[in-house]
Order: sequence, then structure tokens, then C-alpha cells
Amino acid sequence: MGFGVNLNFSQFIPSIPFILEGVLVTLKIVALAALLGFALGIILALFKIGRIKVLTWLANVYTSVFRGTPLVLQLMIIYFGMPQIIGFEIDAFPAAVIAFGLNSAAYISEIIRAGILAVDKGQREAAMALGIPYKPMMRDIILPQALKNILPALMNEFITLTKESAVVTVIGAMDIMRRAYIVGGDKYAFFEPLLIAGLIYYILVMILTLLGKAVEGRMRKSD
Amino acid sequence: MIKVENLRKSFGKLEVLKGITTTIKQGEVVAIIGPSGSGKSTFLRCLNLLEEPTDGKVWIGDQEITNRKTNIMKVRQNVGMVFQHFHLFPHMTVLENLTYAPMKVKGMAKAEAEAKAMELLRKVGLAQKANEYPSRLSGGQKQRVAIARALAMSPEVMLFDEPTSALDPEMVKEVLEVMKSLAHTGMTMAIVTHEMGFAREVADRVLFLDGGLLVEDASPSEFFSAPKSKRAQEFLEKML
Ligand SMILES: Nc1ncnc2c1ncn2[C@@H]1O[C@H](COP(=O)(O)OP(=O)(O)OP(=O)(O)O)[C@@H](O)[C@H]1O
Ligand SMILES: [Mg+2]
Repeated sequence: MGFGVNLNFSQFIPSIPFILEGVLVTLKIVALAALLGFALGIILALFKIGRIKVLTWLANVYTSVFRGTPLVLQLMIIYFGMPQIIGFEIDAFPAAVIAFGLNSAAYISEIIRAGILAVDKGQREAAMALGIPYKPMMRDIILPQALKNILPALMNEFITLTKESAVVTVIGAMDIMRRAYIVGGDKYAFFEPLLIAGLIYYILVMILTLLGKAVEGRMRKSD
Repeated sequence: MIKVENLRKSFGKLEVLKGITTTIKQGEVVAIIGPSGSGKSTFLRCLNLLEEPTDGKVWIGDQEITNRKTNIMKVRQNVGMVFQHFHLFPHMTVLENLTYAPMKVKGMAKAEAEAKAMELLRKVGLAQKANEYPSRLSGGQKQRVAIARALAMSPEVMLFDEPTSALDPEMVKEVLEVMKSLAHTGMTMAIVTHEMGFAREVADRVLFLDGGLLVEDASPSEFFSAPKSKRAQEFLEKML
């Protein structure tokens, strides 16, 4: 028999805990990158809708560059390229967080910008008429309403981030993907460990999706 | 007191206000009426600088708000505004709608702001709705909350831009009643309205705008019984 389905999952059972440890690594990278991307995304969105032309321009260029080049390239520039400039090595983990954070900031800023613009103009006018300054107006009145509207889009972005985080494999971070690959290399069989990794990603994404739905449902209740 | 001197406003090439001069005295209630597009809203919005006048001067009290050195935020705290579409903050309860600005902008203590808010809500007959979200209120209730929200800042002057135009007919009265009792407290009020009966009954003076000009400035009895200009006559014929 030259070929045929020849799968043997049982030999990988001892390796499953090793692969599962990657879940924590993946989640840590995604969570930190999401935080970074969210914070930076808000700032970029405010620049985009603000009146200061230079900042608007800067934010637009930023978005354009990060959306216009491959994520894996950005990751490799930060991990392999940056040490040349800053003079010291960066570990795979912080490099991944920075690359994904900066990248998702570009996408998130677009989502937030659209969300802010979708808030009724009257809200801003009512706030201005009460003499509420720009900062508290944005923080307490406009952004909470914008965030509520864009929650599904944000959730989508985090799910994308979770899946795309698998490219950290190329810089050697020990995430789900990398571990599956290592196990495959040990046993000279990649199909089963990669399937296991796929299943783990799928379950993560499903959990995130359900979580998003739950949060959305709770926010709906206030109106 | 509101003093307006040769107020002009253009949007690009379109000149919407073509030099308006008038004074609204302390405690006076002025109805601003006129055809659609005549510049009523723009005029009102220039009084709290939601629109920046192209030319001319505006004083609120003894402060010239069109002076570049004037702190716009401070001025706006002193000028309450009520909008056609309420613009309550939907993610805050009624009480929070009333206490947010006094606490955040004036630094009022929470207990004091809440006490004041409850007093205002009682005045507009909505104390029992303090902890509801705006989406649970009827249009008339929303507008009464919006009036209370503006009053919570203790303004010297109140501006109303068609406060009853978005309401179902049966809710108009409750809002007008609140405005009427506010007028009796001696509040200085400028009200853009299509409610001719209300203007006639409550206003001390009527300003008739047409094409960006102040065409008539008269007492309600004069204006409604014997309008001087042809435009005002035509307008009233259509309205009444
Ligand atoms: N922000 C703006 N940009 C451009 N044009 C505007 C703007 N706001 C108002 N206008 C124009 O100015 C004119 C006067 O508008 P305004 O809203 O003051 O009229 P109004 O008397 O309040 O009318 P209505 O009774 O319909 O509310 C209109 O032609 C309007 O299209
Ligand atoms: Mg108007």
C-alpha cells in the first residue's frame, strides 16, 4: 500500500497537555495585544476625527501602512529587524504582543472612528450646550455609545486576532501552533497534531463568539 | 439679558443671518417665529455659540460671548438649551442625565447634585422616573427631563428650539405647561416655536424672522392682530 488513510491519534495523547499549554501563551498574546490595540485604536480614532490636520494625517498614514502590509512581515520586522536599530534583542513574546497590538490598532481605529461618527450629532451638541469640555464629553458620553454600537465589530477583530496569532510560530513563540509543529517534528507526523491545534483554535473562537453574544445581550438590556 | 448686535452668519456662500439686532431683557420671554429656513435655529444656536457667528456681537448678561477671550464653556454653562429631539444621554438614567454636568463641570458634590435634580424632577412631574433610562419614557416625558437637565446647571437664560415639534399632539401640552411655569419664575427665555397659541399667551414679545432678517419685533397682541409686514401676514394666514 503506497498510500491510504493512516492516522494514529492515540500516539499523540501524551502530547496534548504540551500543546494545550500553548493556549495560555496564545491567550496572553491576544489579550495584551488587544489591550494595546484598543488603547492605541481609540487614540488614533480621536486623531482621525479631530481638527488637528497633522494628527489626522499621521493616523491615516499609520492605518494605511499597517493595513497595507502583511502581518507576518510586521512581526518579523519587529522581531528580527528592530534589534538592529535599538541595539538589543526582543523576546518572541513581547515582539508578538507589539506587532499584533500595533497591527490591530489600525483596524480597531477604523471601527471606533465609524462608531463615533455613528453616534447622533445631537449628543455632542447637548453636551456642548451644557458646557461639558471635550475630554469628559468623549469619555463619558460619546465613546460609551460608540462602543456599544461597535461591540460586534470589535469582537470580530479579537477573533481574527486569535486566529492570526498563529503566525507567531515564525518567530518561535511557544503558542498552540508552534507546539503542534514541534510535536509533529518529534513523531514525524504532522497531520494529527495540526488537527488537534485546529480543534483548539476552533473551540477558542467559539468561546469568544459566545462571550461576545453574552456581553452584547447584557448591553441591550439598558435600552 | 441677551443683547444681539448686527449678527450675521454664513454657511459657505449661503448667508443665513443678515444682520440681526435685538435685546432680550432679564426675565423676558421671547417667541421666535418664521417660515422654515428663515434662520431661527441658526439665530438661537449663535446665542450659545453652537454656531460661530460670522460677524456681529452677542452679550449674555454683561459678557460679550463673541469676544475671542471669552471662555465658551463657561458661557454655555450659563445658557441652557432644549432641542427638538431632546438629546438625552441614552446610557444614563434620568437622574444621571441631570447630575452629570453639574458634577463634572461645576464640581458639585454628588449629594447636592442629586438633591437638586430630584427637586427639578418633582417640578416637571417626573420624580418617579429618576432611575429609569430615557428609552423607557414617552416623548413628552423626555422633553421635560431635557428641560430639567438644562435647569440643573442653574442657567441665567434658556433657549428652546421647537421643543414640541417632535411630540405627539397629546404630549405637547405637558411640555408647554412646564415651560409656562418656568416663564412665571422670571427665567429669561428665547423660544423658537410653531405653537402660535403658546406664543400669544406666554411670550412678552414676538420676533418674526424671514430670509435671515428680523422683520418684526412686536408684542404678541400687536403681532397677531395686526402684523405690519406682508410676509408676516402671509405667514400667519398659513399658520392660523
Ligand atoms: N450647518 C449648516 N450648514 C449649511 N447650511 C445650513 C446649516 N445649518 C443651517 N443651514 C441652512 O441655513 C438656513 C437656515 O436654517 P435654520 O435651521 O436656521 O432655519 P430654521 O428657521 O430653523 O428652519 P426650520 O423651521 O425648518 O427649523 C437653511 O437654508 C439651512 O439649510
Ligand atoms: Mg429650526
